[in-house]
Amino acid sequence: MTVFIIRRLMQSVLVVFVMSFLVFGGVNLVGDPVEMMVSDEADQEERERVIKSMGLDKPWYVQYGLFVTNAVQGDLGKSFVYGEQALGIIVHRMPATFELALAALLMAVVIGIPLGVFAGLRPEARTSKVIMTGSILGFSLPTFWVGLMFIMIFAVMLGWLPSTGRGETVPLMGISVSFLTMDGLAHLLLPAVNLALFKISLVIRLARAGTREIVHQDYIKFARAKGLTTQRVIMVHLMKNIMIPVVTVLGLEFGGLIAFSVVTETVFAWPGMGKLIIDSIQGLDRPVIVAYLMIIVMVFVVINLLVDVLYSILDPRVRLQDVKG
Amino acid sequence: MNTVAEHVAPVAGLPEAEIKVETPFRRFAAAFLDSKVATVALVVLGILIFMAVFASLISPTNPYDLAKVSIMDSKMPPGSASLDGMTFWLGTDGAGRDLVSAMIYGLRISLGVGVMSGIVAMAIGASVGLIAAYFGGRTENFIMRIVDIQLSFPSILVALILLAVLGKGVDKIIIALIIVQWAYYARTVRGSALVERNKEYIEAATCLAIGHKRILFRHLLPNCLPPLIVVGTIQTAHAISLEATLSFLGVGLPVSEPSLGLLISNGFDYMLSGKYWISFFPGVALLVTIVSINLVGDQLRDVLNPRLER
Repeated sequence: MTVFIIRRLMQSVLVVFVMSFLVFGGVNLVGDPVEMMVSDEADQEERERVIKSMGLDKPWYVQYGLFVTNAVQGDLGKSFVYGEQALGIIVHRMPATFELALAALLMAVVIGIPLGVFAGLRPEARTSKVIMTGSILGFSLPTFWVGLMFIMIFAVMLGWLPSTGRGETVPLMGISVSFLTMDGLAHLLLPAVNLALFKISLVIRLARAGTREIVHQDYIKFARAKGLTTQRVIMVHLMKNIMIPVVTVLGLEFGGLIAFSVVTETVFAWPGMGKLIIDSIQGLDRPVIVAYLMIIVMVFVVINLLVDVLYSILDPRVRLQDVKG
Repeated sequence: MNTVAEHVAPVAGLPEAEIKVETPFRRFAAAFLDSKVATVALVVLGILIFMAVFASLISPTNPYDLAKVSIMDSKMPPGSASLDGMTFWLGTDGAGRDLVSAMIYGLRISLGVGVMSGIVAMAIGASVGLIAAYFGGRTENFIMRIVDIQLSFPSILVALILLAVLGKGVDKIIIALIIVQWAYYARTVRGSALVERNKEYIEAATCLAIGHKRILFRHLLPNCLPPLIVVGTIQTAHAISLEATLSFLGVGLPVSEPSLGLLISNGFDYMLSGKYWISFFPGVALLVTIVSINLVGDQLRDVLNPRLER
């Protein structure tokens, strides 16, 4: 077990290192931030002063060495655009993204499970067929286009919900959250549904497959024979058992939600990390791009590591295989 | 020479179908056409590909011929007539281009990018996967570790990292899509090649002292094709969707290459003022393309999967 974790840990460190090199090396080859920072009228002296202040005059390996040394200390450079610590800007934007991702996750469970269980209990019913067709659409529809259509229908045509921004936020344990105010909730609804759409389809499929398998199990028959109400059989006996695969997969998919929030945040102008990275790519704000990519790589490496370790605890075969290989 | 007709004549009483030899292809085609939905999807896909290939002949106007486009015609609703009497069936976009034409050209770019990246990714992924399965040992471990690591990141994130690094451009997005996709092909091919490798015909080929390259590509690869084709179709749909998303985010194609995703993105600016059609119709075209490819892929999987054979 320890050997396995150490091996995985080493692999994770290697991935982070390789990524840091790729990201830093690559980003430095693209565009010229000096052009963007210095006005056209600036003379040579002014240009050189800016280049020096950004550390762009040193050779790339010195820049990279500095970058790594600083990164280890939590200093990922100052944003060219905002003039603040890139890391600070991203951390500041993080709660918005996590709030959105968690809301989407919640929605996937709240909407997906009932629909999936229904489709599983009555596979031949017309409603079930509609649900399953809907889930195929949910997989095929491009997220950004659905977001646009949401804005068009609910914000422009019906005028029920706001289309952009995060709304009013209130601090909760030092983090500003928007789900505690009505205005914030109204702003949260459309982006969260949009982001959740893909996961709702996924949960529907998982819940349906699980239900169809479990309704034929002996313990369900026994519960029925005991005279329990259908409601209790479904809510307790069935639900507990279909939750296992659903929870596992959703845990795995949380990282995907954070990655896909880039799209949703851009559509709904949600002030999270995803919107920040798109703005930064367009503005060639290198420190922010590098910092974002490093943070997101870290987040994924940690998620993957946790999942692998959890799996190896639950399933000894994984661990044995890896030690041998 | 009318001998053929004379030879056939005595059995002419039989229905034509019975004379036809049952080739593997015919059996496959019949099984595929068994599903009405898949058949419709295949026809739709055929029409879309036809339109994309012959875009310059089919489309009512050339949307990128600046002499023909008038800014006076911009943002016209569907069905309105242009200054010189032509009807814009789906309206015009912000620059006064006929939306039907812009969509046909956009379809060409979207499909082109998707198919192109799919083919290259398939070639790379299949080769790497075959090599991993055939040689095994350290080579396999190394390759599959890379595949596993890459697949643990969502494809949009990998593409975003790459494009943040590479910048915009048709070539750049094709490179990014290839890098995103190759791992799926590698894993698929390795899976089926592992099974095939231990069969007698590979042993026989090895005994005949045929070179590695020949065994890999002439003996092993053809037998790993069915799952590869299925993954290829689904991945192409995925690539088209991903390209549209990236272009929408403004990190994909440049403005000079307006794919469906970019058309939707352009329309986004006008959406809040109620001019829905500029985003809506290209989105529908994108959706129809993706759904029909997915349906064809699903049916291919059912037909090509030997376990489901009736």
